[in-house]
Amino acid sequence: MSWQPCVGLEVHVQLSTDSKMFCACPAEFGGEPNTRCCPVCLGLPGSLPVPNQEAIEHVLRTGLALNCQVAERCRFARKNYLYPDLAKNYQISQYDEPLTQDGYIDLDVNGQPVHIRIRRAHLEEDTGKNIHLLDGCSVVDYNRSGVPLMEVVTEPDFTSADEVRVYLTELRRILRYIGVSDADMEKGQMRCEPTVNLRNLQTDEATPKTEIKNLNSIRSVYEAVRYEIARQLRALETDEPLVQETRRWDETARQTVSMRRKETADDYMYFPDPDLVPLEPSSDWVADIRASIAELPTARRRRFVEEYGLPEYDASVLTEEKAVADYFEAVAAASGDPKAASNWVMTEVLRYLNEEGVTVDRFPLSPECVAELIALTADGTLSATIAREVFARACRDGRSPRQIVEQDGLAQISDTSELAKLVDEAIAANPKAVEDFRAGKEKALGAIVGHIMRTTKGQANPQLVNDLLRQKLSAS
Amino acid sequence: MEICELTAHELAGRLQAREVSAEEATQACLDRIAETDAELGAYLTVTADLALEQARAVDSRRRAGEALPAVAGVPVAIKDVLCTRGVRTTCASRILENFVPPYDAAAVERCNEAGLPMIGKTNMDEFAMGSSTENSAFKVTRNPRAIDRVPGGSSGGSAAAVAGNEAFWALGSDTGGSIRQPASLCGLVGIKPTYGRVSRYGLIAYASSLDQVGPLTKDVRDAALLLGVIAGHDGRDSTSADLPVPDYVAELEKGVQGLKAGVPAQLLGQGIDPAVRDCVLAAVDRLVALGLEVEETQMPHIDYSLPVYYILAPAEAASNLARYDGVRYGHRTAKPVSDIYDMFAKTRSEGFGPEVRLRIMLGTYALSAGYYDAYYLKALRVRTLIKRNFDEAWQKYDVLLSPTSPTVAFKVGEKADDPLQMKLADICTIPINLAGIPAASVPCGEVDGLPVGLQIMGRPFQEDVILRVAYACEQTMSG
Repeated sequence: MSWQPCVGLEVHVQLSTDSKMFCACPAEFGGEPNTRCCPVCLGLPGSLPVPNQEAIEHVLRTGLALNCQVAERCRFARKNYLYPDLAKNYQISQYDEPLTQDGYIDLDVNGQPVHIRIRRAHLEEDTGKNIHLLDGCSVVDYNRSGVPLMEVVTEPDFTSADEVRVYLTELRRILRYIGVSDADMEKGQMRCEPTVNLRNLQTDEATPKTEIKNLNSIRSVYEAVRYEIARQLRALETDEPLVQETRRWDETARQTVSMRRKETADDYMYFPDPDLVPLEPSSDWVADIRASIAELPTARRRRFVEEYGLPEYDASVLTEEKAVADYFEAVAAASGDPKAASNWVMTEVLRYLNEEGVTVDRFPLSPECVAELIALTADGTLSATIAREVFARACRDGRSPRQIVEQDGLAQISDTSELAKLVDEAIAANPKAVEDFRAGKEKALGAIVGHIMRTTKGQANPQLVNDLLRQKLSAS
Repeated sequence: MEICELTAHELAGRLQAREVSAEEATQACLDRIAETDAELGAYLTVTADLALEQARAVDSRRRAGEALPAVAGVPVAIKDVLCTRGVRTTCASRILENFVPPYDAAAVERCNEAGLPMIGKTNMDEFAMGSSTENSAFKVTRNPRAIDRVPGGSSGGSAAAVAGNEAFWALGSDTGGSIRQPASLCGLVGIKPTYGRVSRYGLIAYASSLDQVGPLTKDVRDAALLLGVIAGHDGRDSTSADLPVPDYVAELEKGVQGLKAGVPAQLLGQGIDPAVRDCVLAAVDRLVALGLEVEETQMPHIDYSLPVYYILAPAEAASNLARYDGVRYGHRTAKPVSDIYDMFAKTRSEGFGPEVRLRIMLGTYALSAGYYDAYYLKALRVRTLIKRNFDEAWQKYDVLLSPTSPTVAFKVGEKADDPLQMKLADICTIPINLAGIPAASVPCGEVDGLPVGLQIMGRPFQEDVILRVAYACEQTMSG
């Protein structure tokens, strides 16, 4: 019998808006407990919610990027349950009328195309945070209460942990590209709850679903899903019973552990929130948002391969972050040499960003500067080694490459008469190496070239030095 | 005539003429409260110091020659369902017994801006659930027109305060008749404005899709003035209408000539005391004599209003009242608890009175999985049919007329043990909230020496037309 894993994902995304979902309080993470609250997000008697248009726009933008249908009319609904971190004891969410639904995303998983259906992307508000003190007391911080949250739900279309990992990486990339969230799982800006079960392809029989919680990185989602699929397959083989339950990922033990059984569905008594009027995104608004969505990462990656002739790997590195891709394209345009631009950005620029821990918008060199370096290398003014040195100096003191070359005298020595003098000196200074070379030891030439490079601090044109040296040694 | 017996606009005239000061008028109210409120029980909190301070501020601004709103200095009473910054706001419930809001409701803010000193917070049925003010957790309020009778509810404290001259006017809230029915029982004018006309920000919610804030006043001109103070758009309430507010007073004396009225047969039949019906029909005849064109009309879906209301309102209430759990504010049980859910259960059982508990249970049931479609969803659909009945009526009529209450004021305790009879008290007023339209109650006669109210319903946002008809009716009463 063949059992296929079925995994569905519910992803919660904190939207990057200035203010909360239904009030003017700052949505920013942190702050002294209960200092970023007002009557609305504290759910005080008589307070009323007013929806944040920016958050609505973020969800519409996400829905469109995920090929979803945008509702002509939709509502907020109340999800009723009692919990201390929930200020009103109901969460304003969306139920049977989400903002966007019925989309899809096409992924490339280890070279194989995978099509995942998106059930919906909707809008809701976050809860506060219960804090359990050591003395047994519990307190609540409502700073997070009312922060806009988007929920992106897929159909149970994933059949492996690999597909889940690629989806989350791609979703994160898209969310950053379209500017709706930083989507950092480690910071809780993106939270993921997979649902896992197995389906028999012959009989359509299915095992009970388990939901996995406490996943704080894409890596832990990947591991937890892989573990859970294996656990369920093993249980089937050994005839162990499987139950519908919520399981927690234990990061240290690297396994899922049963949290609670779910024998009946929770009854959240959803109903349309009477405090909020129906949302009717106008077709003009939706068209504007659609038009404002920049090229998405997958499309851009493909274009980089086709337009610039870059290898697949380089294209994917360069498109990982929108700002880096933008920077690369600016360098390519300014230099007219996309391959060189790609080399410079992938090696020197990304290394600098990594080492300094900054994003590309804080990178000190303009794309034009890097283009200048490319030009100086191409016309022979700079050797590759010296070019890297010029790059470092430019990053340090903000001078342009041309200035550095002139002021610091770093231009490559390509003048043959000058080089001939240097070669003669080197031959005179290395009689042993000369003898060895003449005796057929090809390697000995390196020592003589090295001597010249040392005395010129790398400025001698190595190609010319090589040619001259061979000429002289064979002539005499 | 004593100061506190004046209508609000009479007092406003004297304040403008500087024949009396706002401080004197406020003090007159406070004196009357000291004299009669032990018996009436209209107030839960009297804010004497605050009122006097606000009154003196108006007086000094007037002395300085500042331009003031026409009604500045006329003291107002506020139903204890509206949040008042720094002043205890209880909803007449144990669960909010010591709740002091950090902010003012929008309607209260507007009263402040108009320079109305706040005399105090008035009694009500707990969380506005009731028709007699007997459901208050704190006290019983009596009807100034007959001290052994109820003032109606849930805005019974506001009605008793105005009818007993303990306030010149008052704000109430109306979810199913809570302004109009007490106005009718106490011989006052009361208006339930169009849903969205007055901001609900700071109005402690009972049923959000039905609640509106409105005035309770001694005459129609006062009602027009106070509605003008509180009406208008507010960005903090998403359901607030962004429409201009007309000058309600300017239109008052235009008369009823050329207007057409319908009298729905469904609001004159079963359950209406025949003497009340005759009194209302006599008032309709007087309006006809003034030139109002009247005919009987059929609005069949109105008959389902009560059951629809008792599904939708409790459903919204069950969710709205969920926040009172003892975690953040309000009552928290002092008993030992086993866990957080035990704390919720004990706190809420102690904090809510029986009627509130009943409605929370009704609402929870109606929203539960498996019952939602049969109750909540069906009720929503019938609500749409009721709205449609009114939409059709507006094709033919400018206003609709009916009794406000099926009976005159009943005795304290008389219906307290008969919840069905109590709920029938709102049979004529509930359809208006379901339709979201405006309606007023205006005194139109007496039965056994007790006041009877005529309910005048109008098109959405046509409170001005309603007020014209109410004013004409009032004119037929005086003299």
